[in-house]
Amino acid sequence: MKYSYFPGCSLKGTGRAYEESLLPVLKALGVELEELDDWNCCGATAYMAVDEVKACVMASRNLAIAEKAGHQELLAPCSACYLVLNKTKHYLHESPVVEAVVQKALHQANLTYSGNTPVRHPLDVLVNNVGIDAIKKRVTQPLKGLKVAPYYGCQIVRPYATFDDQYNPTTMDRLLEAIGCTMVTYPLKTRCCGGSLTGTLPEPGLLCAYVLLKEAIARGADVIATVCPLCQFNLDCYRDKMASKWGDETIPDPRNPAARISVGPQLNMPVVYFTQLLGLAFGFSEKELGLHRGFTPMRKPACARAQPAAA
Amino acid sequence: MTALSAPPAPQPLLQESSFPSVNQRTGDANKPVMELKRTIKYESDRVKGFGREVMSVPGCEQLENCIQCGTCSGLCPLSIYMDHTPRQVMELTRSDFKNEVLQSTTIWLCASCYACTVECPKQIRITDIMYELKQRAIHEGFYPRRFPIPVLAQEFYKMSRKRGRVTENFLATIMFLKTNIPAALGMWRLGLNLLRRGRFPLKLEGIKRKDELERMMAVVDKLSIDALNTGHENGGNGGRPNGTH
Amino acid sequence: MDKVNGNHDARIGFYVCHCGHNIAAMVDCTEVAKYVGQLPGVVLSRDYKYMCSDPGQELIQKDIKEFGLNRIVVASCSPLLHEHTFRSAVEAGGLNPFFFHMVNIREQDSWVHTDRAEATTKAKALSRAAVRRVAHHKALEVKQVPVQPDVLVVGGGIAGIHAALTLAKAGKKVYLVEREPSIGGHMAKFDKTFPTLDCAACILTPKMSEVGAHKNITLWSYSEVVKMDGYVGNFTVTIKRKPRYINEDLCTGCQECIANCIYKEPKFTDEFNEGLGKRKPVYIPFPQATPQVVLIDPEVCLNFKRGVLTDKCKKTCVEACGEKKAIDFKQKEEFREIKVGTIIVATGFQTFDVGRMPQYGYGRYPNVYTSLEVERLVNASGPTAGDVVLRDGRHPKSIGIIHCVGSRDRNTNRWCSRVCCMYSMKLAHLLKEHTAAEIYNFYIDIRAAGKGYEEFYDKLLEEGVHFIRGRVGEVTDWAFIPEEEGKLVIRVEDTLAGVVRRIPVDMVVLATGLEPHADAQSVRRLFNMSCGSEGFFLERHPKLAPVNTFTDGIFLAGCCQSPKDIPDSVAQAGAAAAEALVLIDKGHIEQEPNTAHILDDCSGCKSCIPLCPYTAITLTEDGKKAVINEALCKGCGTCVAACPSGSIVQNLFDDEEVFSEIQGVLAYD
Repeated sequence: MKYSYFPGCSLKGTGRAYEESLLPVLKALGVELEELDDWNCCGATAYMAVDEVKACVMASRNLAIAEKAGHQELLAPCSACYLVLNKTKHYLHESPVVEAVVQKALHQANLTYSGNTPVRHPLDVLVNNVGIDAIKKRVTQPLKGLKVAPYYGCQIVRPYATFDDQYNPTTMDRLLEAIGCTMVTYPLKTRCCGGSLTGTLPEPGLLCAYVLLKEAIARGADVIATVCPLCQFNLDCYRDKMASKWGDETIPDPRNPAARISVGPQLNMPVVYFTQLLGLAFGFSEKELGLHRGFTPMRKPACARAQPAAA
Repeated sequence: MTALSAPPAPQPLLQESSFPSVNQRTGDANKPVMELKRTIKYESDRVKGFGREVMSVPGCEQLENCIQCGTCSGLCPLSIYMDHTPRQVMELTRSDFKNEVLQSTTIWLCASCYACTVECPKQIRITDIMYELKQRAIHEGFYPRRFPIPVLAQEFYKMSRKRGRVTENFLATIMFLKTNIPAALGMWRLGLNLLRRGRFPLKLEGIKRKDELERMMAVVDKLSIDALNTGHENGGNGGRPNGTH
Repeated sequence: MDKVNGNHDARIGFYVCHCGHNIAAMVDCTEVAKYVGQLPGVVLSRDYKYMCSDPGQELIQKDIKEFGLNRIVVASCSPLLHEHTFRSAVEAGGLNPFFFHMVNIREQDSWVHTDRAEATTKAKALSRAAVRRVAHHKALEVKQVPVQPDVLVVGGGIAGIHAALTLAKAGKKVYLVEREPSIGGHMAKFDKTFPTLDCAACILTPKMSEVGAHKNITLWSYSEVVKMDGYVGNFTVTIKRKPRYINEDLCTGCQECIANCIYKEPKFTDEFNEGLGKRKPVYIPFPQATPQVVLIDPEVCLNFKRGVLTDKCKKTCVEACGEKKAIDFKQKEEFREIKVGTIIVATGFQTFDVGRMPQYGYGRYPNVYTSLEVERLVNASGPTAGDVVLRDGRHPKSIGIIHCVGSRDRNTNRWCSRVCCMYSMKLAHLLKEHTAAEIYNFYIDIRAAGKGYEEFYDKLLEEGVHFIRGRVGEVTDWAFIPEEEGKLVIRVEDTLAGVVRRIPVDMVVLATGLEPHADAQSVRRLFNMSCGSEGFFLERHPKLAPVNTFTDGIFLAGCCQSPKDIPDSVAQAGAAAAEALVLIDKGHIEQEPNTAHILDDCSGCKSCIPLCPYTAITLTEDGKKAVINEALCKGCGTCVAACPSGSIVQNLFDDEEVFSEIQGVLAYD
């Protein structure tokens, strides 16, 4: 299987670990990726806030380059990129007026857009193309007993629920259960992490991210698995601020509901990419998977450490 | 930077001096007991055609059918910080209260998580309407000069247009320097931690064929999307964002 | 001038109506009358203000006698409105009513054009065409088809019961077919009804008993209609009687078999109690079931394995039944064929499947209930004898009732289900009575439009029920503050107060909407009915014919036509019974003679047979030629156009008539 690959700006910057873990995991499963030639920024949410036609042009350049590359489909791991590229496709389909403008602009670069390259998310490809069984076969060090809170974020299931349910997605749950993890019941699977507000307006933004961490703690999770570099950043990098604002809050102890624990000390739960967990189960090292890049680095769980590493 | 083109602030109807000046609870002789504000809206406060314009964007026509049920506000995680809830913004937009809408905090607080859009019983694309309003606010300069969100949006726009890619840490730094230098300094620890973990690139990213991108954008520069959508040309500076310093 | 082909003896009287200003404003009627007056065959040509009025009709009758007219044309409004009026006038004047032709110069001319000159020219052309056509009209007789006096009522809910009783009391023989083991429908499950808070069972069961006892009603429960053939006045219906494994005539309803079943404790999902209770393999749906007969579920009875008789159980039930010998494990499904003249369809509704809205947490959180489940919970003869106890054993101290679940929503069902506001208020009242909990109703609008309904809302407000205007987006169980721990949280915008609120509750009730049954499509095809875009059966006219369908002889009543409350269902049932009585008491139907018939030169190619939408064409006994059943034929003309040898002729639309009309429109002078 070969896919065109659109990393997006985050995966080269703060979200490096996503790419670092995604590539070897896919390679181990026989999926080849070819990075899109001279890809440009998708525009994310910010561009759309300035001008939607220009946002379409930015995104379409990538879609047109992908069509030229000739592989059937384009893989976009970052949730925002995934959404923007899909949204652009919808928009061009619905508005012939805008499509005409975009084609004209693409013409300047000797590119055309025909709309026949689907944009896929790695979760979708792993569960629906590679298949859970193939993944199970590749597992050498199952993460038995590791309790994971699956956090999907908002943009891969809304507004287009192409490969999973909008209210209760399960692709990541199934994927991580296949490598031995235990999923905790996590009602905030798709609640917004605050997006860029954590940086621009900390009061509301941080609260959104904090609530996610607090609930994961309350449900007894050991680690939170994410799919989006911005979600990972928001949950990972502002813990000190959260602790200073809300660290005194108490919740029932998940291990002993009659007692209460303080949230503050629990906030340093590792927040990782689901591909990093997959990589651990496949036997890759923490360093290879970029686990040391998290503000709370995750160590390979004891159960997995006991097993021999992959060849 | 264009000045805030807001309507004049309403005058308090009752002046401080017309009341006895002792506030028994606080004991502060100079504080007024109560401040009154007159909030009636006249038809002249509406900017007729504003709602139609917003609704002319493909997909946003459903706003006509809004029954003001409040599902959007109930689901929105940020609605509790907004001065007008998403539902109120929908009604204000539909009723042409352009000034009130473009000056609200709502449109900036929207994190575009789409929770409202998927649940709306009339399938109104609320998030897309919020984007429309953001664009218009930026285009017409309806925000305080140092408000981080539109500043970030415009810096993002400039950087991605010029270089084809965005380098996040540079972008964030520029935004902080332009809006809130003390806060920027307060982020030193975060920056250091990112640097230590290799998540703070020191080189600006960019595409190879920058001129190609610029040529593409130049084609679009001359267009006004509203003219395209509503079917009549109205000239103007066609969607180029305001606020270039 | 053109010749009038064909009938040189035509003496045509032409009338153009002003219709006040409706036609005269855009068409110069005097000029049209003058123009038509000089066409060949036209003896007299008049224009008049209101042709449909008594003087107008009398004018036609007078002219026929005085001028010896033998054909009449009136140019006025749509035939749908007054063709019958004028045909009757012509008949009263002594002519065969089908020597009349009507031209529509109102809906098709003056109301749709804005240029007076052009509209007048068009009126002239249409009138000219009509004059040429009417010369070819032949005398036709209205046919009379006898009506079989028996009635079939499909569906034994409150609507079906009321219709059946009304007809039975009028002395007609009624077959009442109900698919469930007992009649009573959804109403049998309710606790109290709004707004009077009458106990549903108390007002329903007397009617149910009456149905069971009435000598004119043949009650076939646990049965379904599988085939319907025929036409108004003469339907042949095949009904399948599903096996209960009990002989209905021998069972006395003593229920000893249930007490002595090999299963000491009930173990299986009780459908009547919405899954909240349990029953045994042999059971009676509810205590007041009519007929008062038990039945056996072959899927779980030990004597069967997955529905197939194995004869493996000890059969303690048979022993308990004793001398009555009512249990018959070998019972098979039976088919009965009946002949009826009219059919009333009252098949009711199903409630919205809340699985389609996972955001409300039904199934995920045990303390989320549907409204029907709550009806059983508060009911004294329900699974908990009226004790409102949650699935986790607690008693709720706070309850949230969410309106409009599966209604008014483009993502699920677009319509308003009409009864949910009222029943949500009723449930609020009953729950408050049973639990003294804090009750919150979350609504978009309060729809309380019936008699006593607004007053009921007022009463609820006095009881301290909190009404919050805000549609609920989701129900969750994650706590933001310690007070919310262990509860279900409803986050909603209180639109009237202008704030977003988080309200923790112990129990959530979903006011599910009404929708057509899952198999409504196959049922409606069975009865040759149409349905609307939402799937409810379609009435002939939304205002003036709400219980008739487009198929003569078949009527609708109750929620199968659209969501409604009990008073309206009963009213519709009475109306449907009255419509049926119109046909039965008249004894015959008059048929518009615009039917088609097949000429002798039919070659038996059978091209026409599959085309007829009303299955009116069959082959003759010897299979050589096609023949049309005029009683079924609706005159659509499909077969006429399709016949390759032109061997089918349609009355009122034969070739001469149609072509002369076309020529008339196209000719110019």
